Amino acid sequence: MSEPILSQLIGALTGGHIRIVDLTQTLSPDFPQIVLPPEMGQAWPFRIEEASRYDARGPGWYWNNFSCSEHTGTHFDAPIHWISGRHLPDNSTDTLPVKSFIAPACVLDCSRESAANADFLLTVDFIKNWERRYGRIPTGSWVLMRTDWSKRTDPVAYQNIDETGQHTPGPDSEAVQFLVDQRQVLGFGSEAIGTDAGQAFHLKPPYPCHYFMHGSGRLGLQCLTNLDLLPPTGAVIIAAPLKIKEGSGSPLRVLALVPETTMAPKSRSAKRGSATSGKQRVERAKKTRR
Amino acid sequence: MTRPLVRPPRKNPVLRTRLPNLPPGTRSRVALGLTAAAARGRFELQVCRDCGTVQYPPREACRVCLSHRLDWRPQNGGGELVSETLLHHSNELFYRERMPWRLGLVKLDCGPLIVAHLHGDCAAAPSRVRVSLNLDRAGQAALVALPEKDTPNMADDRQLREMTCDPKFRKILITDAKTPLGQALVEAVVAAGADLVWAGHAEPWKKPPGFERLASIPQVSLVPLDLTNSRAVKDLAGEIGGRVDILINTADYHRNFGIASRDGIETARAEMDMNYFGMLRLAQEFAPAMRARGADGQSSAIAWVNVLSVFALANFPPHGTYSASKAAALSLAQCLRAELSPAGVRVINVFPGPIDDEWNQTLPPPKIAPARLAADIIAALRGGIEDAFPGDIAQDWLARWRDNPKALERELAAQQV
Amino acid sequence: MTRTRATYDDVVVTCPVTVPYVRYSIRGAHWFLAGALAQLLKTSGLTKDRLDGLCVSSFTLAPDSAVGLTQHLGLTLRWLDHIPMGGACGVVALRRAARAVQSGDADAVACIAGDTNHPNSFRLNLATFSQFARDAVYPYGSGGANASFAFLTAYYMRTYGVTREDFGKICVAQRANALEFPLALMKKPLTLARYLSARLIADPLRLYDCVMPCAGADAFLVLRRGEAEKLGLPYARILATIERHNAYPDDPIQYRGGWALDRDELYAQAGAGPQDIDVLSTYDDYPVITLMQIEDLGFCAKGEGADFVRRESFTADGSFPLNTSGGQLSAGQAGAAGGFVGLVEVIRQVTGQALGAKVPDARLGLASGFGMINYDRGLCSGAVILAAGN
Repeated sequence: MSEPILSQLIGALTGGHIRIVDLTQTLSPDFPQIVLPPEMGQAWPFRIEEASRYDARGPGWYWNNFSCSEHTGTHFDAPIHWISGRHLPDNSTDTLPVKSFIAPACVLDCSRESAANADFLLTVDFIKNWERRYGRIPTGSWVLMRTDWSKRTDPVAYQNIDETGQHTPGPDSEAVQFLVDQRQVLGFGSEAIGTDAGQAFHLKPPYPCHYFMHGSGRLGLQCLTNLDLLPPTGAVIIAAPLKIKEGSGSPLRVLALVPETTMAPKSRSAKRGSATSGKQRVERAKKTRR
Repeated sequence: MTRPLVRPPRKNPVLRTRLPNLPPGTRSRVALGLTAAAARGRFELQVCRDCGTVQYPPREACRVCLSHRLDWRPQNGGGELVSETLLHHSNELFYRERMPWRLGLVKLDCGPLIVAHLHGDCAAAPSRVRVSLNLDRAGQAALVALPEKDTPNMADDRQLREMTCDPKFRKILITDAKTPLGQALVEAVVAAGADLVWAGHAEPWKKPPGFERLASIPQVSLVPLDLTNSRAVKDLAGEIGGRVDILINTADYHRNFGIASRDGIETARAEMDMNYFGMLRLAQEFAPAMRARGADGQSSAIAWVNVLSVFALANFPPHGTYSASKAAALSLAQCLRAELSPAGVRVINVFPGPIDDEWNQTLPPPKIAPARLAADIIAALRGGIEDAFPGDIAQDWLARWRDNPKALERELAAQQV
Repeated sequence: MTRTRATYDDVVVTCPVTVPYVRYSIRGAHWFLAGALAQLLKTSGLTKDRLDGLCVSSFTLAPDSAVGLTQHLGLTLRWLDHIPMGGACGVVALRRAARAVQSGDADAVACIAGDTNHPNSFRLNLATFSQFARDAVYPYGSGGANASFAFLTAYYMRTYGVTREDFGKICVAQRANALEFPLALMKKPLTLARYLSARLIADPLRLYDCVMPCAGADAFLVLRRGEAEKLGLPYARILATIERHNAYPDDPIQYRGGWALDRDELYAQAGAGPQDIDVLSTYDDYPVITLMQIEDLGFCAKGEGADFVRRESFTADGSFPLNTSGGQLSAGQAGAAGGFVGLVEVIRQVTGQALGAKVPDARLGLASGFGMINYDRGLCSGAVILAAGN
């Protein structure tokens, strides 16, 4: 009799045949937060206040209180976040069907184009070219736009704001509509501070990724990292937002399950804030294989 | 002749730091009328409304006609030095550490006889002097006899310096150097002789005009500082806190909403987080070291300046939540003053009227220009006062508030913006 | 116009006693005051229940005042007073007690003054001395009257040509007197050279211009003459007394005291003049005040003090016996007892009971009081002329 299916999964994980890749930026007060025009309600940056640290406030323990927006750091957008999705059923973080939280992902590598042009827009042509190489984007997949934007560890470079606003890559309006109507994707994910491009206010309609994705009950992921460690296809994303009543989104831990054989070369990984070296990863891998 | 101040040598890190002592600080309640005047940089004495006699020391009834109707009125301070002494001995620690100390007996032109600290440039008795009322290191009013006409380097007099907060040769932190006021202050303190200016800035992706220029000034060091981020405040204090002599808190979050004009508390909370909690974070992290350095040589920790607003006194409903955050900051600043006073570090609260900046754009003139406000802050430091109301609007609101706070409340509620 | 007030008939002063001065003591003021009271009873032969009046002066008795002392020391009295007038308290106590005995409000009044002295007493007492001192003098650092008397000394020197040598002569003479007084705290001779070169306190005041605070007590008894004779006690008659508070308030500096206002009345009441005085005790917290009293009590004109000092000699055997037990400057200032020390010495001299150097043929003595530097000047002044009784 073959092993139960989940035991096989665990076995593959412990045996190193499936790797877990952390696609999440560390939540810290230094991580940039989306900035809206000053007249508008702002999203709180991540802030953390110590409550006690083995001291008079609490001798035997250390704990903090923190505050942030639902859209701080690596975070999840639910359909209710946008005006176009506000009337859809089961559209908030507490009512979304949980099967949405584990799904396959396609990773579209736009890193070269984004390095050359901070305002790069992902087009239908680009998607179709990608599909010619890697196959049709499956229904219910995450589409993740890899730009290597997460390697911009300087907050000023990450925000990339000048007198005309923010300049970060994203999809154009036609590409989003294509993904929604022609490919029935689960949602769109990016490394920059928004799923939409920094200058998307000027597209038609403004912010087309939010508009069309959420307007059709699709989801969003932002401020991802380590997309360069993922294969173009075959990774499975676990992205479960906090169960906030009528929540429009939440910061969350985004993990990718990746078959070991399809992982990107180790030397190219540069996880933001990572403490492990390539050598340590090799050692760990050797241990788990035993 | 007063010798001009010279840059002190570097501190010997192996030696113990001298701890602050204060001159005697107890006063009767009626004598605190002097302190109230000195706090605003004024010299006032009680004058009997019925017979016109000027009183000193402060008292409960006229020394001539026994009337209770004594009003505090400004005096011009002219007088005759009758006699003087140079103290070589005192029972008070503060003075023992600062011997010898010159004292004078002055007959004021307006009548009373006073004991005063005597500036080194005053000619021997008998001579004409000019008396001013200053706050001493205990934060209480003290009379100082100055030479009749200004003398060179007059402010550098050793005794007078104990009552002022001169930026010369000191190290100064300006918490938000990005705003027009912050930039003007950086330039003003450099011109006033500061040795080092830490120019605090947050949101590095925002580059307002003029800010980049500051980095090229040799005394200026740009430091990241976001008062809403406890960790950032703590980290900066860890780096520079032990060297800050004067802290000027210019960080300000200002929006133009009352209660009904905005749904939700997000904006009001952001105002409180910067204007009130920001001050609290700053005080928790920077005040302890300043408290310990209140007597740390010539460039000691000497002052903490809060740029509040005249809106802190009485709420301006079009900027209602902002006013409330400034009122909260004022109350906390009074707490800070009480906590820093044992170290002789002066907390100076500045209450400008509307500054000529973007968030006061729709308010009619007169508005105070950032450069003018910066100059007034330098003057407050040099004068050692603790409550400054710079500009015409601030003076007007202060006068109305002191005269009838309820009337001011009605006047502000009637304003449409 | 000089008014003549009622005389003191047959009211007399007797039993001058002293609890020896010590620099510091761990005892409370009650200990020293009780000691003075005990000596009064022993010296007079009166039993405690015969004492029906008490006048107390002390700076360190707090939280008690005279009332607390009655229960503390087991006294039942018909007359009680508390005199918080510093260096004038001796003269004032005598005035109060004398009228009480004269009118029959009391028969035997003990006048006592004393204080303890701990190492921090002086500083603590100064901090709460008076509202004006606390508000307008103490914050300026002088820590006591030193600055005020430095101002006055400098003014006197500038205005009247008094030199440091003139003040020094007074101090040196008082030290010589003290060396013969067994209870004086100061035991070492003082030369003019040492006086002039001593450590600066508040220019121009130097170390030997200032008194040494200490612990101790002084006292005397006020009785009817008949009672004193019955007890076989040597006594002095009270010829005249004066008292004044806040004299000349508009003088820009205190170059004259209340005695100048009242001295004619004093001598009229006594039926005698300055030339008749055989021994003088001035209140000597600083030598400039002694000089001021000499002028204001009519021994010379205002401004001629320097000449007077250069002319006269102040030891007990000199031309002008002054502070013959050494005064406060050399005997010590036991707090409020500083207001008694000069008066007690005059009583001893005119009753032939001098403990130290004796003034020959002392028949009339004048004791002067001054005190309470409330702000910039001493507010209280007073004087008493005593005559040898029996």
